[in-house]
Amino acid sequence: MMTILGYPVQALMGQLLLGLINGAFYAVLSLGLALIFGLLNIINFAHGAQYMMGAFAAWLLLTYGGIGYWPALLLAPLIVAIIGVIIERLLLRRLYKLDHLYGLLLTFGLALVIEGAFRQLYGVSGQAYAVPEELRGGINLGFMFLPLYRGWVVVASLTVCLTVWALIEKTQLGALLRAATENPARVQAFGVNVPVLITLTYGVGVALAAFAGVLAAPVYSVNPLMGSNIIIIVFAVVVIGGMGSILGSVLTGFGLGVVEGLTKVVYPEASSTVIFVIMAIVLLIKPAGLFGRAA
Amino acid sequence: MKSTWSVVIAAAVLALASGAAHAQFTNDVIKIGVLNDQSGPYSDLSGMGSVVAAQMAIDDFGGKVAGKPIQLVSADHQNKPDIGANIANRWIDVDKVDAIVDVPTSSVALAIQDITRTKDRVHLNSGAGSSDLTGKACSPTAVHWTYDTYALAHGTGTAMTNQGGDSWFFITADYAFGHALENDTAAAVKDAGGKVLGMVNAPFPNTDFSSFLLQAQASNAKVIGLANAGTDTTNAIKQAHEFGLTQGGQKLAGLLTFITDVNSLGLDTAQGLVLTDAWYWDRDEDSRAWSNRWAQKMGTANRKPTSVQAGVYSAITHYLKAIQQSGTDEAKKVVDTMKAMPVNDMFTKNGHIRADGRMVHDMYLMQVKTPAESKYPWDYFKVLRVIPGDEAFRPMDKGNCPLVQAAVK
Repeated sequence: MMTILGYPVQALMGQLLLGLINGAFYAVLSLGLALIFGLLNIINFAHGAQYMMGAFAAWLLLTYGGIGYWPALLLAPLIVAIIGVIIERLLLRRLYKLDHLYGLLLTFGLALVIEGAFRQLYGVSGQAYAVPEELRGGINLGFMFLPLYRGWVVVASLTVCLTVWALIEKTQLGALLRAATENPARVQAFGVNVPVLITLTYGVGVALAAFAGVLAAPVYSVNPLMGSNIIIIVFAVVVIGGMGSILGSVLTGFGLGVVEGLTKVVYPEASSTVIFVIMAIVLLIKPAGLFGRAA
Repeated sequence: MKSTWSVVIAAAVLALASGAAHAQFTNDVIKIGVLNDQSGPYSDLSGMGSVVAAQMAIDDFGGKVAGKPIQLVSADHQNKPDIGANIANRWIDVDKVDAIVDVPTSSVALAIQDITRTKDRVHLNSGAGSSDLTGKACSPTAVHWTYDTYALAHGTGTAMTNQGGDSWFFITADYAFGHALENDTAAAVKDAGGKVLGMVNAPFPNTDFSSFLLQAQASNAKVIGLANAGTDTTNAIKQAHEFGLTQGGQKLAGLLTFITDVNSLGLDTAQGLVLTDAWYWDRDEDSRAWSNRWAQKMGTANRKPTSVQAGVYSAITHYLKAIQQSGTDEAKKVVDTMKAMPVNDMFTKNGHIRADGRMVHDMYLMQVKTPAESKYPWDYFKVLRVIPGDEAFRPMDKGNCPLVQAAVK
């Protein structure tokens, strides 16, 4: 059997693929965070809770409405985004002129309240959500057994990431968004309704979190704490990629997924810390992040 | 050191003072405190369900024992030893609580064990797993009621090896509890003639187990032992199903799995899983009747109690019987009386409490049913084997409990 540094190639290939799959979740989540930070200057600590709400929305739709996975993939992000828009209108709006810290504290508090409410209603053990009929089973790739659903996760999140990126970099709307990020007052003077633009952006960022939640529902336990488990890593991803950099957050998400996957073979004990080690190194060498522009 | 002495002296003065005022009882009320996790990872398997079970035990006694009213208090220890210790101290010093019950999470349980030993109060533990509670940390005023890691590890490890699952791979949560569970199980597997092909330390907590599962798959071990708990276990099982491990003929052994975990996984995913538990609601008429009453009090028809919650009911019932019998609420005397009486209720038949505080009862090796086998809600387990109590729990001389050594000398 072929080996690289003493590890069988087959095992490494498998872990590489698994890393990409996990990276897909990181990418979608950090994309939403980067989007929100870029335009609103809000460090959205409620992102993990919104991811959890996405998963729960899918479960609630199935349990009480008989609505399956595919419609939920659209409906759940929409529902959670509407809740996000309400939060933005009622609360976040008041903080834009203040220091970042206020937004962070508010969203962190919101996350605690939301998680507490779900814990009260549904307990902590988690709910079962089955893999959709069409995506059960898997294919044998020779070096590993790839469950179809995991393949779908990569395809779906890549598509969403690329779409969002194209929307922002290649369209008129995206150009307005970017302009509003640079200089909101001037864009407003040109007759663009910047507050609505901001609200919509927050909605899209939240929808991305909820979308990742629906993707995660069939593979991870749907429980009120699922968001707080992943959000810290996602923040590290955003910091490494550079706060507010769209492409940077997507690439870093996938990249760090792979690094984490390989660590799980080489030295599994370190797999939960490797991302933070990388974060520390990146911050020392390039404080604005790999793809960020120095402020 | 100075503060310990002052506590001892204060306790002695108090004991003398109250002893003079009342003949047998320290005050006019028997107070029971349920201390457990009411918001975190163990709140479904103990939590409010345990408080309800405690209230049922008190109600079944008519709210009074030996002419004294029984009161129930409860609190959330948030799985933090310092918070648990603060509550216990306040309960004992200010609120005059006589017995502290349930206490899941071993680190908190060990702290409570110390406090109740020093302050001479009863500790009836149902929720925690550490076998140290009847080992080097044993106490003359404590009883470990429901299960311990030794019994779970040996129940599952020995039985599965004997049934042909003679090669194991462990996925271990990388902290003290996970390592203890893995070591205990590995020892049982080797004793039964099996071998351990490998293991991997997964960070704790962990969401994605696919890497570790692939390593387990590649090891070709017949059994994959999950030395973890809670969401870690359910995520691992869910993903093992997804990656086709169980369909490929490998068996999963959940080393600390409760019925609430199986419920959260769904039978489609959890089917075939082998586990050891102390009690099952659908075991016989008594347990079913009690579970239905419990569900009514919980205000929900679609929940069933866990072994931990049933253990809380059983332990408190036995405690109250002992107060009735002995006519005192003095911790050591009541626990001695508990040790002298057999335990007979819906939890166990002919259980007994050893000198080290271990309540010895039958354990059950069970397998999760397939969706086709399950006929009604929460019809989850089939019993593969009843493990007799004397075989299930660690022999008393192997635990290094000072009480036992003193008795032998």
